[in-house]
Amino acid sequence: MSGERRGIAVLIPAFNEEGTVGVVVGEVRAALPEAAVVVIDDGSVDGTAEEARRAGAVVLRLPFNLGIGAAMQTGYRYASARSFRAAVQVDADGQHVPGEIPKLLAALDEGADLAIGSRFALRGSYRAPLLRRLGILFFATTVSLFTGKRFHDTTSGFRAANARVIDLFARSYPSDYPEPEAILLLSRAGFRVREVPARLRERSGGHSSITALRGLFYLCKVFLALVMGTMRRPPRADGRA
Amino acid sequence: MFSEVQLVSILGSVLLLLVVLELVRKGKLAEEYSLLWILTAVVLLVLSLWRGILDLLARAIGIYYPPSALFLVGFGFVLLLILHFSVIVSRLARRNRELAQALALLREELESPRREKEHD
Repeated sequence: MSGERRGIAVLIPAFNEEGTVGVVVGEVRAALPEAAVVVIDDGSVDGTAEEARRAGAVVLRLPFNLGIGAAMQTGYRYASARSFRAAVQVDADGQHVPGEIPKLLAALDEGADLAIGSRFALRGSYRAPLLRRLGILFFATTVSLFTGKRFHDTTSGFRAANARVIDLFARSYPSDYPEPEAILLLSRAGFRVREVPARLRERSGGHSSITALRGLFYLCKVFLALVMGTMRRPPRADGRA
Repeated sequence: MFSEVQLVSILGSVLLLLVVLELVRKGKLAEEYSLLWILTAVVLLVLSLWRGILDLLARAIGIYYPPSALFLVGFGFVLLLILHFSVIVSRLARRNRELAQALALLREELESPRREKEHD
């Protein structure tokens, strides 16, 4: 994939988020007027797609619910096909602050391939329930162990990717609960992954997609995927298979 | 000359083989997925007909009642079949996902024909 890469795509996966998606799209457009806002409607049965379109977003509508990983990959496929130079992941529930996006983009300009908005690099700004904090700690420890690099917030979905990472994610992106795996994938392929302190809001709507039992399931699933990931040949950073 | 348990297992394997072949004939079971089933039925049939092999196998792995060895072999094949299907289901799920993603991208292109192509 050659040719000039221009523009920033903000990728917002949304599943039944009609209450918040319009506001989030509006905020992103206000913060980054030049960016293309892309909402991936992951098979919603409410007015998510209409609200997003009304707010001025490009809407990619999946025919049925694929889950966050596959929905996000749809966005990366779009960004890759349209040759965007950077893609930013933002949650549709309003917990990410669009005003913080420039910090992530700045990290890309400084040479990072993937910039992660970390909730913990800023002291005291984020309080999560105990179980979730334990899960977050578990993945941070595991990913740090496997990559040999210190990570604090491997489950944060507030991220910015440069063109090379966009093209890689368009080809292969982990499913279900993809954030920790994506870090491992990139690190092993020789990409530079950097955490950037970012403010976070309380959710303005919706709820975490992770309940206790599913949390345990995802814990096992992601752990297995991480272990398998270390035993697999990494994709090449130059984009050739 | 055949014991009752042997008769039952012979009939069972023959029935399985016939059902599988009939499904393939009617086109309800694709040939590529029927091979493992046919192999299962044939192996069970051979072991049922030919007590000598079954006895030998049973003695080799310390099973006192040879027909139990038949269950073991059958169970092994069932596990193999299920694993085989799990692999196929995973592949179908991946292809299904890729189709859905391609559909979402095409839909967007169709529904917004007036959007200027930024990079053409």
